[in-house]
Amino acid sequence: MNQTKSYIADKVAEMKPSGIRRFFDLASNMEGVISLGVGEPDFVTSWSAREAAILSLEQGYTSYTANPGMLELREEISSYMNRRFQVDYNPKTEIIVTVGASQAIDIALRAILNPDEEVIVLEPCFVAYAPLVTLAGGVPVPVQTLKEHEFKVLPEQLEEVITTQTKAIMICSPSNPTGSLLSAAELEGIAEVAKKHDLLIISDEIYAELCYDEEYTSMGAISGMWERTLLISGFSKGFAMTGWRLGFVCAPEELTQAMLKIHQYSLMCAPTMAQFAGLEALRSGSNDVEEMRKSYRRRRNFVVQSLNEMGLTCHVPGGAFYAFPDITSTGMTSEQFAEKLLMEEKVAVVPGNVFGESGEGHIRCSYASSLEQLQEALKRMKAFAERYSK
Amino acid sequence: MKLTEKEIEVAEILEKNARITDEDIAKMIEEDLQTTKEIVAKLEEMKVVVRYTSIVDWSKVEGHEGVTAMIDVKVTPKRGVGFDEVAQRIYRFQEVKSLYLMSGTYDLSVIIEGKSMNDVARFVSEKLSTLDSVLSTTTHFILKQYKHDGTIFEPNNDDKRIVVSP
Repeated sequence: MNQTKSYIADKVAEMKPSGIRRFFDLASNMEGVISLGVGEPDFVTSWSAREAAILSLEQGYTSYTANPGMLELREEISSYMNRRFQVDYNPKTEIIVTVGASQAIDIALRAILNPDEEVIVLEPCFVAYAPLVTLAGGVPVPVQTLKEHEFKVLPEQLEEVITTQTKAIMICSPSNPTGSLLSAAELEGIAEVAKKHDLLIISDEIYAELCYDEEYTSMGAISGMWERTLLISGFSKGFAMTGWRLGFVCAPEELTQAMLKIHQYSLMCAPTMAQFAGLEALRSGSNDVEEMRKSYRRRRNFVVQSLNEMGLTCHVPGGAFYAFPDITSTGMTSEQFAEKLLMEEKVAVVPGNVFGESGEGHIRCSYASSLEQLQEALKRMKAFAERYSK
Repeated sequence: MKLTEKEIEVAEILEKNARITDEDIAKMIEEDLQTTKEIVAKLEEMKVVVRYTSIVDWSKVEGHEGVTAMIDVKVTPKRGVGFDEVAQRIYRFQEVKSLYLMSGTYDLSVIIEGKSMNDVARFVSEKLSTLDSVLSTTTHFILKQYKHDGTIFEPNNDDKRIVVSP
């Protein structure tokens, strides 16, 4: 190899590694850690879904499926999305089954972006959005949502950053890491801006099943938005199937067919056995989902109230399984807080700044852990907060 | 009786964990402590929450003796009182842990606990089958408990997730 030259593409070389990585390395080398840093359900996939995957293997379904996924599964997704979220997608032409929602985001961005076109990302947000925009040749334009507004974007904030190069806005509701849920009215505010400037919306609805106080509204169900929405969802969170890597994207035919070109060349199709599990999850899973939702809701209430009592204030998140408390009362930065908490109390959380600039001063606490674990973690955090609060 | 949503929620929480504190319940149902205490008291008073109990895995306890048997019982129902009278005669025995009226090929399902197989045999032959209305009994001993009241009796439920993830 030529020592003076790097073979790595510039945009990859310039990409910062995820801030979560460092905490993972720190925490995974320690004994006795209680982790509130986990971004996935604490439930195991329902046995009926696991059993369906095993059966498919026994029967020898080990070959490729159609590029966009088994038609049976797309039909089931179509009827599920319609039943649950009142959105209408043709299973034959408007749905692609993907390898997790992450791949759906990737092909959505690659399908729509010309070089240097801009995508607005609403920080704090999932760590992959901005890097995926960059990899697709676009430019991520961060907008900082604020604590005062429960980390929900205001239409005027969008107006401020829109240029002739703006192509799309990425939204995620309920949000990772803040748990904030956008109401129908708030979605309409964003929709007005999108329509006015002729923008697309990439709507990450992976946590849609996990809403606790009000019914979920999909961006695709907002009047006039179906045409300009790429709706991304999957089985990971609502059906506790993270390791299966099974997601999907729904969009108007022209967009879907463009994404399908990329999907068929880069991945061929999502894993067949995972598709069988997903099919069964949709057919039989509604009871399991309801039970999970109930359980998360109680844990959310418990965690949010306990955090507020110890002076780490946070709003009541409407969905997902994250609380996003303000830790500035301790005088520490998010990273300092998370690191000290891990070292001194052996509780792992994720510092808010890894999700974007406006996440600074906050930490993400996942409440997808057993009540006993949460009780112990909060006890330790209380002692920690008392020691350091000013 | 009709319960409010919050009352049902408290009953569900207690059913999962009888030892949870009123303070924690209050947080989970977004109520103040006083109201929560009142709800718990009401549930107890109305016998919706009948008793606080725990699931004990006696198989782990060295030297613990005990057998559980399920007995299918055929009986002749009595005019006027149906199965209730004979059921009452059976469930009053202290050995009887549970009793259900069943559909199907037999009438009553009796679950009894004894110290030994002999204990159970004596109960069946001396007390149960000698009751006037009892026509026949079939006794099944429980060999191993895999799952009880929704709880699986195996240790393989540790958290398999990576410790921090996005």
